[in-house]
Amino acid sequence: MSTLLILGAKSDIARAVAQQYAAKGYDLLLAGRSINELDDFAKDLTIRNEIKVSLHEFDANDFASHASFIEQLPQLPNGVITAIGYLGDQQQAQQDWTETEKIMTQNLLGNVSVLNILANLFAERQSGFIIGISSVAGDRGRQKNYMYGAAKAGFTTYLSGLRNRLFKNNVHVLTVKPGFVNTQMTADMDLPDKLTAEPEQVAKDIYKAQQKNKNTLYTKGIWAWIMRIIRLIPEWQFKKMDL
Amino acid sequence: MPNQSSKQVSGWGRFPQFKHRVFTPRTASDLHSFVKNNDNPKTIGFGNGRSYGDSALSECIIDYRQAQNYLIDFDAQQGTFTCQAGVTLDEILKVIVPKGWFLPVTPGTRFITLGGAIAADVHGKNHHLAGCFSEHIIELQLLLADGTIISCHKNQQPDLFRATCGGMGLTGIILSATIQLKAISSTQIQQTTHKTGNLQETFAVFEQNQSSTYSVAWIDCFAKNKSLGRSLVSIGEFADDGSLTQTSKKARTMPRWFPGFMLNAWTIKLFNTLYYHRQKKPIKQETVHYQQFFYPLDGIHHWNRMYGRRGFIQYQFILPKKTSFEGLNVILKTIAEAGQGSFLAVLKLHGQANKNWLSFPMEGYSLALDFKVQDKLFPLLDRLDQLVLNYQGRFYLAKDARVSREVFEQGYPNIEKFRQYRQEHNMNQHFNSAQSLRIGL
Repeated sequence: MSTLLILGAKSDIARAVAQQYAAKGYDLLLAGRSINELDDFAKDLTIRNEIKVSLHEFDANDFASHASFIEQLPQLPNGVITAIGYLGDQQQAQQDWTETEKIMTQNLLGNVSVLNILANLFAERQSGFIIGISSVAGDRGRQKNYMYGAAKAGFTTYLSGLRNRLFKNNVHVLTVKPGFVNTQMTADMDLPDKLTAEPEQVAKDIYKAQQKNKNTLYTKGIWAWIMRIIRLIPEWQFKKMDL
Repeated sequence: MPNQSSKQVSGWGRFPQFKHRVFTPRTASDLHSFVKNNDNPKTIGFGNGRSYGDSALSECIIDYRQAQNYLIDFDAQQGTFTCQAGVTLDEILKVIVPKGWFLPVTPGTRFITLGGAIAADVHGKNHHLAGCFSEHIIELQLLLADGTIISCHKNQQPDLFRATCGGMGLTGIILSATIQLKAISSTQIQQTTHKTGNLQETFAVFEQNQSSTYSVAWIDCFAKNKSLGRSLVSIGEFADDGSLTQTSKKARTMPRWFPGFMLNAWTIKLFNTLYYHRQKKPIKQETVHYQQFFYPLDGIHHWNRMYGRRGFIQYQFILPKKTSFEGLNVILKTIAEAGQGSFLAVLKLHGQANKNWLSFPMEGYSLALDFKVQDKLFPLLDRLDQLVLNYQGRFYLAKDARVSREVFEQGYPNIEKFRQYRQEHNMNQHFNSAQSLRIGL
């Protein structure tokens, strides 16, 4: 039986991913802060799918704890997905270093810290998969959310390097770039229906892409085209735009 | 904060249909705080949208499915099952059937929520032996308008229980329930179908098979004169042995553009005649999968589109046993002469009524028919209403979209109790549907 570790398991996308992998028979290790809030969710997954689910307290910002966190897991999982992320407030971050730091830490540093450890263990074992949820926001910096975008761009680049390094170790790395997703994170935003995915759809796409060893996944798929066009706009033009 | 949107909503019959504010709380705590702070008296819970008319429609609709979608406990030894109210019967079946358990009572679709099953106190083909859904509830939890959560069952807060089961969500938001399941040793049903030539024969088959677990009849509502009431009566029992694996066929989908004019008096009459004569022998025996036996229409997603843009009305009434034969004769004759019958006319002999104040079944025969909405339909239904009342019958809230207060209340001797209970506990200040306002519940 395969086991998946989900970091940041309380997010809407993470929960949908948990349901998707549980339905495919994976045992789950769910990790995050105040993880006991997922007690009922875990019980539900267990009853529906006859799998094992365990909860593990994990603080992405406490880098020093990451090694012992991994050690204390009941087993080294077959794969890991990290859904740790923080949208933050761009306006506030421009004025307030604490907000900027939080955005950088949550989206980039915490993920890098824990994945560094897992990458080494997977490489040694010569198997495994790593799924990082980055964002289309990392594909090009825009005035509206470049703090978040910069952190995600860093994470995308990290994942790409990791993929390159671990290829020879039989460890696969998938970069997920969701566009708009209807979640708690975006609850206050008015999102266009046609471009917005439900978390369940994102989870299905992730599962499929991971099983097929895809490298990069845009979800919804149309975002691959949108971002291709956005990247093509010359910088001298882009800097004048208000996207 | 829960998501809020304004959209076109209707029940399964797609009539009536108008714009509502729909709140979709994401979590249980979102739901609780929303209910506690909501001050719009025209508010009602909404599940999977399978009640036909306006039971779950109001100015403010709370779609509780996302906030209440957990399975809580399944004891595969004792067959007790606990889950939240937004879980559908389909989801429950997926878990329990492979372990040798089945729903004690199921309606003709598995795509309703547990909350909806309790609110409508649904019944199934085994009503004559097993009663309504509420008979199998060990305990349920209800969220009241002031934010308190209260547990009740037959002996604990019995009045609240009697009001809530069959109470169409008018006492509060049903949160979860524990039910007693029924043991099975196969997913197959042994079905015997009796082809009857008239209403008398149809009744005889029902009465001779009262000890069989499941019974229901498809009735040809276009047949007239000496064929009036001819039916295919199906009697079923779970097979004793066989596999418990779930094999479900892929469902088909009724296209959005399906033209309503395809369904007219002529095509429906043709269908009814062919369907009746498809069975050659007077008695046919076969083994069928439980999904085909209980949920034939679930195999076609959105089958409700078949009736076209204006939708349809499912008209269901029940007559006491002593007036059933005469009453059905008169009513079927009226329908056949009007030429507005349907594919789906279903007749069923029910057992004793339970003590819930608004539960529909009582000992006697119920008939359910679909009618395409068109201008000439409403005068016919008004005439049928009067006939049903003449024979001391009553109507099913889960299907209703139009009966008047005067017509409805004559069938329910406990309706005043229900009204008073709502008033005493201020429930009528917080939960009201378009239907409850029309009927004055």
